[in-house]
Amino acid sequence: MGQIQLNQVTKSFGDTQVIPPLDLTIHDGEFTVFVGPSGCGKSTLLRLIAGLEDITSGHIDIDGTDATDVVPAKRGLAMVFQSYALYPHMSVRKNIAFPLRMAKMDQAEINKRVEGAASVLNLTDYLDRRPGQLSGGQRQRVAIGRAIVREPAAFLFDEPLSNLDAALRVGMRLEISEMHKRLETTMVYVTHDQVEAMTMADKIVVLHAGVIEQVGTPLELYRTPRNTFVAGFIGSPKMNLITGEEAAKHDAHTIGVRPEHIDVVESGGQWRGTVGVAEHLGSDTFFHIHNTGLAEMVTVRAIGDVSLKHGDTIHLTPRADEIHRFDAQGLRIA
Amino acid sequence: MARNVTTRRKIITTAAAWTIGLIIFFPIFWTILTSFKTEAQAINDPPLFFNFDWTLENYAIVQERSDYMKFLWNSVILAGGSTLLGILIAVPAAWSMAFVPSVRTKDILLWMLSTKMLPAVGVLYPISLIFVQFNLLDTRIGLMVVLMLINLPIIVWMLYTYFREIPGEILEAARMDGATLKEEILYVLTPMAIPGIASTLLLNFILAWNEAFWTLNLTAANAAPLTAFIASYSSPEGLFFAKLSAASTMAIAPILILGWFSQKQLVRGLTFGAVK
Repeated sequence: MGQIQLNQVTKSFGDTQVIPPLDLTIHDGEFTVFVGPSGCGKSTLLRLIAGLEDITSGHIDIDGTDATDVVPAKRGLAMVFQSYALYPHMSVRKNIAFPLRMAKMDQAEINKRVEGAASVLNLTDYLDRRPGQLSGGQRQRVAIGRAIVREPAAFLFDEPLSNLDAALRVGMRLEISEMHKRLETTMVYVTHDQVEAMTMADKIVVLHAGVIEQVGTPLELYRTPRNTFVAGFIGSPKMNLITGEEAAKHDAHTIGVRPEHIDVVESGGQWRGTVGVAEHLGSDTFFHIHNTGLAEMVTVRAIGDVSLKHGDTIHLTPRADEIHRFDAQGLRIA
Repeated sequence: MARNVTTRRKIITTAAAWTIGLIIFFPIFWTILTSFKTEAQAINDPPLFFNFDWTLENYAIVQERSDYMKFLWNSVILAGGSTLLGILIAVPAAWSMAFVPSVRTKDILLWMLSTKMLPAVGVLYPISLIFVQFNLLDTRIGLMVVLMLINLPIIVWMLYTYFREIPGEILEAARMDGATLKEEILYVLTPMAIPGIASTLLLNFILAWNEAFWTLNLTAANAAPLTAFIASYSSPEGLFFAKLSAASTMAIAPILILGWFSQKQLVRGLTFGAVK
């Protein structure tokens, strides 16, 4: 069981309020991702849930009981840190066993659980090594092992993959997702990488300057972003946000079209411009288009390898049913 | 760009280093040498280097006149006791300043260090009066506390520097793993800081061993350590150089040997944090 509920939670450091009053419910078994640019308060929010920072006002309920003044050790949550935070003077076995030792668990049971976690995480051969003798990916596995052995009410992940190289990150992403499917435990995951958020989450919480901009499933955020911030943050490459005359044509202050929702056509087309940088990924090509007569540069995603070069003229048509409209406050117009 | 180190330059710097090292070591060497001379040879002009009659009689006389073992034992107790006492107080202090700093932490650290800027003699009267009042004159316990107090700022500073190098996330991980504050300090912080704590212990032991102002002023016979043993052979008149040298050699020998065997640890402790 691991339902986490934040009620009117705020956090200030001195005179600076980093989290204005915030309400959020994380349901039992849900994989929730906090995503946002750096400095948006997502890590602080996670640390408030963990109890590593004291909240300034409001209260936090874990499993229906008020945990606001409960010390981290007693909240029944496990955390995986960005730096792994392994105990350098202990072997892998002792690292994983540490929370069980602190819980004064029976030695036979500790051994059983450590061996179990090690075999799931492919760490059996490394149990007697020190963290310093392991690779980054292995250290990350030890950190996860240390979290899962105690069978916590919820797992908290603080940017756990950002110290890994790109290939390893994709692999670990899958492993964590699979672990979630298998354990069905609540997980709260902090990242600045919207791809990680989109691929792993059941529910995404988009944060900006301590404020929740939107909460929803990955596809809800993709299809119906509540405001221009979410529209620009979710999706890669970024949504084109266009203001001015073109937006006025749609009765909006700003319109948004995703690069994948603009078709490249032979001639005619609604917009015409010159190709700037073309990024060829093989499976698709990203064109950055200038001189369209629009105030902003436009990014277009074409499927496959389209052979247009720098300086070529390109004709574009945005799909009418995929145009998002926003008002002067940046809020979505239904 | 790597600096171009020529062989000639290497030879010059090596020679310079040895020269400076030997100059610094010379007084100690001379003291040891003199301790094996007779009183007459000790003040011979020109000074005698190795061409004298080596004798152990100074050591015999010194041992006969005063009880070396008693002074040695007092030194061990005072240096060891004040060091242990200091560590017990300094570990929690350094922990709180390194991991739960407040806006005033830096000021407190500087304030503590500022007590080292005061000449010891400046507080001789108040301390002496306190000692008289509480019947602490010439007691080991009283001196132990004073030695602990004068070295405490250094112990706290050294431990603070060490603890600062330990990532706070590791301690937070321990907290998340269910460790209480006591368990966190005992099972996670202390084992990680052992090299630092060891060199702090060592340095403090040496400082306390060599401390000569308070040990001379606050002791007479019962609690007198080796510093008092040496001082008892310094005399304005008479021929005492050889005996004084023998006494000095006996007093510094234990700490010299300890320092020699632990020099790696000491150098690491003193340069910690200087290089990553």
